[in-house]
Amino acid sequence: MAQLELFLQTLISGFLLGGLYALIALGMALIMGVMRVINLAHGDFMMIAMYIAYWLFTFFGIDPYVSVLIAGPALFLFGLAIQKYLLTPVMKVESILPHNQVILTVGLAMVFSNLATVLFTGNYRSTPVSYASSAWYLTDYWKNSPIELSLSMPWTISFIISVMITIGLWIFLTKTDTGKSIRATAQDLDAALLMGVNVNWVRMVTFGIGLVLVAVAGCLFLPIYYLYPALGKQFTNIGFVIAVIGGMGSTNGAVIGGLILGIFESMTATYIGMGWAPAGRFSIFVAALVFLPGGVASILKKRRLGA
Amino acid sequence: MKKFLPLIILAILCILPLIGLSSYVMHIFILVLMWSVIGMGWNILGGYTGQVSFGHAAFFGMGAYTSGLLYQHLGISAWWGLPVCVVILTVLSLIIGYICLRLRGAYFALATLALGEVCRVAAENLVGFTQGNMGIMLRERTWVDKTWYFYVILIIAAGAFFLIKQVMESKLGYYFVAIREDQDAAESLGINTTFYKTISLCLSGVLTGIAGAFYMNYMGYIDPSMVFALSEVSIATVMVVMVGGAATYWGPLVGAVIMVFLAEVIRSLPHIGAAHQTIFGIILIFIIMFLPNGIVGDYRKLLKPFKSRKGASS
Repeated sequence: MAQLELFLQTLISGFLLGGLYALIALGMALIMGVMRVINLAHGDFMMIAMYIAYWLFTFFGIDPYVSVLIAGPALFLFGLAIQKYLLTPVMKVESILPHNQVILTVGLAMVFSNLATVLFTGNYRSTPVSYASSAWYLTDYWKNSPIELSLSMPWTISFIISVMITIGLWIFLTKTDTGKSIRATAQDLDAALLMGVNVNWVRMVTFGIGLVLVAVAGCLFLPIYYLYPALGKQFTNIGFVIAVIGGMGSTNGAVIGGLILGIFESMTATYIGMGWAPAGRFSIFVAALVFLPGGVASILKKRRLGA
Repeated sequence: MKKFLPLIILAILCILPLIGLSSYVMHIFILVLMWSVIGMGWNILGGYTGQVSFGHAAFFGMGAYTSGLLYQHLGISAWWGLPVCVVILTVLSLIIGYICLRLRGAYFALATLALGEVCRVAAENLVGFTQGNMGIMLRERTWVDKTWYFYVILIIAAGAFFLIKQVMESKLGYYFVAIREDQDAAESLGINTTFYKTISLCLSGVLTGIAGAFYMNYMGYIDPSMVFALSEVSIATVMVVMVGGAATYWGPLVGAVIMVFLAEVIRSLPHIGAAHQTIFGIILIFIIMFLPNGIVGDYRKLLKPFKSRKGASS
């Protein structure tokens, strides 16, 4: 029974983690889909958002969940500016190497993580919110439950918010004009151009939204995780691993990929060892590349579930 | 003149240690040559064949660990790592090529990025074999004097330079460039692109690995976060080539000179030293935006302002 309890507990925490991962990957998948660029500074944008939330908490006592409303728009504007002044001009530059924009994001990542170290020191920080260690227990609701499971309170709240944001994004992408042009650009750039979509504007908005998503993820991670300047790299890795598992540029795939990775990582951490979790992450990545290069999206397409 | 330029530079480098430079300056020159070897390795795959890799730390670290582990477990000189790592890295490159080279462009870049991280995590966690984060230390280094290390790396670098020149002027080199320019067109002309990309990867990996094995012998100590580092090795390699000029013979060397000297200067500045990554990041962004083909590739662009001024005065 203890074995089953452990397994279920791992599964649930993996699921909650996966929900948050999905949010990071969604932003990356959107950017990848529309611009064909892997944003290797994705995690560093998340780090910036986390620092915004952290300082808001420290100086003004604003709850990290509330600062979603501040960090999100801030990063949106930041994203517009970066797309307009850095990424778009680089597209027009003629060069031998094809991946200039990707290398540019690497440069951005270096600048951000190092500046954060210089400005805020390399110390690990966390927000001491009052509800940090509170939890819900299964036995509180079901007295005679044969197994005992617990759900950490901040994890649950974070998960619920991330689900809400994901649904919001889905509505935005399917119902609004801007959302539809984003999807059109992702599907076929030239066709979208011919249909009168302002592609440059769409690119800017997409980059902005991608950063909003990762900023929200950062704020949601803050109460349950700790914060340090070099944290970006790890989450960039997570983001692109999920984006590949899900199928490059597919938003549905990113959500499913996030859940898969969350559960997988939680399982490796419980059954093999904490240190191996990143290795597990990359082995599932390589496996996805070899056996399912189209990602989850290709399966969805085959079953006609849309991608 | 142009034909003999490599030989002239080689001759100058050969007599360099004889004029009695201090040990620190020699150290800098050794680092420059080592980075130029790594850069040349990257250049074959990234510059000529057009497969951008963000994971050359995997090859570098694997070379270094080959050398270190031979010493650690078999008790033989770490210099054996140089020849042995050629074999090991060829095998590794074949495996990686089988997995990654079917992927294109961005996928390949991601796969290599992941690869570097996998190697680091493995080296950190296989404590029984690699001693984990404790790293591997050579109990005594072969020479106290840096001169001999300089000559060893000089031979490696010169060998790499002429090898690349030979390869790029042969049929193989044209295949590489054809793949970079248009893979589908190359494929339709009957070039087995996966096969030639694998050859390119092997060459690239072996050169980088040899530099890694040399690093082990020279520094006498390695640990996973040093040799498998993402920003300090993988990204630095990309930077060396980007700054110098991708797909040029002299690019890696010029890039290595600039990057190593710059790194030393920036680190020695009292307040800015901590922000050296920021400065490198800004340099990288600047290079991509204004000199996308590097200093060697775009030197005409660099000379332009001087030339036009001359024209205006006359």
